[in-house]
Amino acid sequence: MSEDLFKVTIDNITIDVPPGTTILQAARKIGGDVTPPAMCYYSKLKDSGGKCRTCLVEVSKGSEKDPRPMPKLVASCRTTVMDGMEVKNITSPKAMEARKGVVEFLLINHPLDCPICDQAGECDLQDLSYGHGNEGSRFEFQKRVFEKHDLGPYIQLHMTRCILCYRCVFVADQLTEKRQHGILDRGERAEIATYISKSLEHDFIGNVIDVCPVGALTDKTFRFKNRVWFTKPVDAHRDCDKCAGLVRLWLRGDEVFRVTVRRDEWGEVINTPEGKPAWICNECRFEKKKESDWIIEGPTHINRHSVIAQGHYEGLKMPNEFLPEVIGKKPRLFLNIHDVSEVNRPGIDLSLIEGPATSDDFENPKND
Amino acid sequence: MVKLLLENAQKEGIRFLKTYRENGGYQSLEKALKMAPDNITEEVKVSGLRGRGGAGFPTGLKWSFLAKPENTPRYLVCNADESEPGTFKDRFLMEFIPHLLIEGMIISSYALGSNRSYIYIRGEYAWIVDILRQAIEEAKQNGYLGKNILGSGFDCEIFVHPGAGAYICGEETALLESLEGKRGNPRIKPPFPAVKGLWNCPTVVNNVETIAAVVPIIKMSGAEYAKIGVGRSTGTKLISACGNINKPGVYEIDMTISVEDFIYSDEFCGGIANGKKLKACIPGGSSVPILPANLLLKTAKGETRYMNYESLSDGGFATGSMMGSGGFIVLDEDQCVVKHTYTLAHFYRHESCGQCSPCREGTGWMERILKNIETGKGKMSDIDLLWDIQSKIEGNTICPLGDAAAWPVAAAIRHFRDEFEWHVLNPEESQKRNYGLANYASPLALVS
Repeated sequence: MSEDLFKVTIDNITIDVPPGTTILQAARKIGGDVTPPAMCYYSKLKDSGGKCRTCLVEVSKGSEKDPRPMPKLVASCRTTVMDGMEVKNITSPKAMEARKGVVEFLLINHPLDCPICDQAGECDLQDLSYGHGNEGSRFEFQKRVFEKHDLGPYIQLHMTRCILCYRCVFVADQLTEKRQHGILDRGERAEIATYISKSLEHDFIGNVIDVCPVGALTDKTFRFKNRVWFTKPVDAHRDCDKCAGLVRLWLRGDEVFRVTVRRDEWGEVINTPEGKPAWICNECRFEKKKESDWIIEGPTHINRHSVIAQGHYEGLKMPNEFLPEVIGKKPRLFLNIHDVSEVNRPGIDLSLIEGPATSDDFENPKND
Repeated sequence: MVKLLLENAQKEGIRFLKTYRENGGYQSLEKALKMAPDNITEEVKVSGLRGRGGAGFPTGLKWSFLAKPENTPRYLVCNADESEPGTFKDRFLMEFIPHLLIEGMIISSYALGSNRSYIYIRGEYAWIVDILRQAIEEAKQNGYLGKNILGSGFDCEIFVHPGAGAYICGEETALLESLEGKRGNPRIKPPFPAVKGLWNCPTVVNNVETIAAVVPIIKMSGAEYAKIGVGRSTGTKLISACGNINKPGVYEIDMTISVEDFIYSDEFCGGIANGKKLKACIPGGSSVPILPANLLLKTAKGETRYMNYESLSDGGFATGSMMGSGGFIVLDEDQCVVKHTYTLAHFYRHESCGQCSPCREGTGWMERILKNIETGKGKMSDIDLLWDIQSKIEGNTICPLGDAAAWPVAAAIRHFRDEFEWHVLNPEESQKRNYGLANYASPLALVS
């Protein structure tokens, strides 16, 4: 082990990471269940994180030098690791209880309109509440409601669904030359807004839709056109003079319904080969809606736990390489119906029977 | 009773430099400028002065944490954004003896090496902004501010910056954001202001009273200052007493006085108004836990409770409270704790910045439930729900506002649960009168 690396233990799994890594990034290196969920943190956006409090973890040992535990739960996305730090995420009842509370807080003002929400199926809040939420809500009051606003010709803001993660504000701050929108008002009345209903006009402003963890910012060229799980994602590219042109097309048949950035396994935009985030420009996103505009690279890998993966049996194969060795014969479970039946009559070749096979075919074999 | 800060507060014309100087003003500054800056920090450390803004962190220690990189300016910011309900001590200090703060600012700036220091004052104190600016102008004309102060080679400018009326800007990092001209959202710590504060430079943020207390410390030396008071609660503390008492006002105490003496003696609060009995008290500003009379006057162990940091927090939050910022709010037997808690919950809902989810959503939720209970629409399960909500806010937020919103609710339920239950069980009667009549009146046997 190099001396430059810090040893950090998350849920009893030890990993070496360079100094300056946050607990969340270290946990993402390990992957799996020990990774805290993040609603507001976005590694490609500077200063993001720390706000939603879903990634709270317990630090049971501060570092090798100062082994005292931290008194409060800490936001793992903004806390850097120390050498010898021990972190408890899913093994800490305190952190899990706090996370449950945060999910409940996030949901009390969030409309449960998933059936008509365009984000449904790829919504971070859906995943989070499924993983950590309660089955019901204890909130018995009116939810906060806002009018829908158009932020320019392509983007619609539905503030009622917003969880105030500030990601879109950081996009507007960091991707565009001047800040065009921010937060107005405070507390539970805080809202994302442009200053007096201005439209957002910038070549890269469409990326606010992709960073939005919920359905607050939606693509007006896609709204209500289709459910995400009915569309088929493929990776594609085109030569664009504004952006890298690396996109994900969401197709149904030959029709391009939607163009988004390519996302990695954490739902964040991928890097270009040059190592910069592959944000896409408005032209690629909103105007190139023909398959002929794009060079398609191939189907996107979608995690099989995602609802989008339903019907796409990508990478599924029969494990017949090893099962016969284990059980000593060919498994019946994976019997191909076009193979010769071993069950009834080994001699009957089903592929020779016209139409569906019936019991008559077995009892009165024509070709026995 | 020793008076260090308010000794000359009532003198005619003390607001102006001439009278202030005639009464010994700016002598500490002259003395301090002959000392080395580090020795002033050492002197403050020896004095045991603790932050008077609420948290009670040792000031000398805070000063010594200040990073001192080469070629980077350092800043001193005075937190005069005194917005805690029940606290008005800084207002008194700045309004009557502004030069005490200015003198303290110059000494502290010299000790910390800050050439540009700021007073961030709450916008509602509009007339005090003028008073302070006038005092700064006077100090400048007399060579106490500006270039080469009193021939010491030290330059210092002080700017007064009025806030725009947000409670959250009293939190030090939100204050710095606001001072930089941004939205007053608290920053995520670490880094702490001592490393990266105003404009990413090392910064110390201190309360008005803390900075003012540096003047007597330099005048009488830290060791002498440490002899006043008791234990780790050294020096004097300004208490702004209000509520159902005969003599509300700002009092300077030396932290050896018992709570009972403070409430009932004629020198201070002068007893409960209209001959009523004491029911409860918030000893340190609205965000610290409320205490019923029996636990206020005596600790859970049966010892007398004193007006100092240690004694008020004796027993933790289960049976104690906090010194806080010294906003002493007294409730008599006629006051309804449910309504009182609802008022505070309303305040915190209104003042939450909306940055992190537990505070943004939780404060509004608690307020709505409390409103239901207060207006006779509550359910028994609401009380447990309130308890659960506050426990999920506390400690899980970016800044202490979440804790400040959760503690009053927690303490009210902890000590006055039967009053909440009475509101739920007697919805009609609760609209006509308040529960609590003498139930918590002093002297009451300690409930074990």
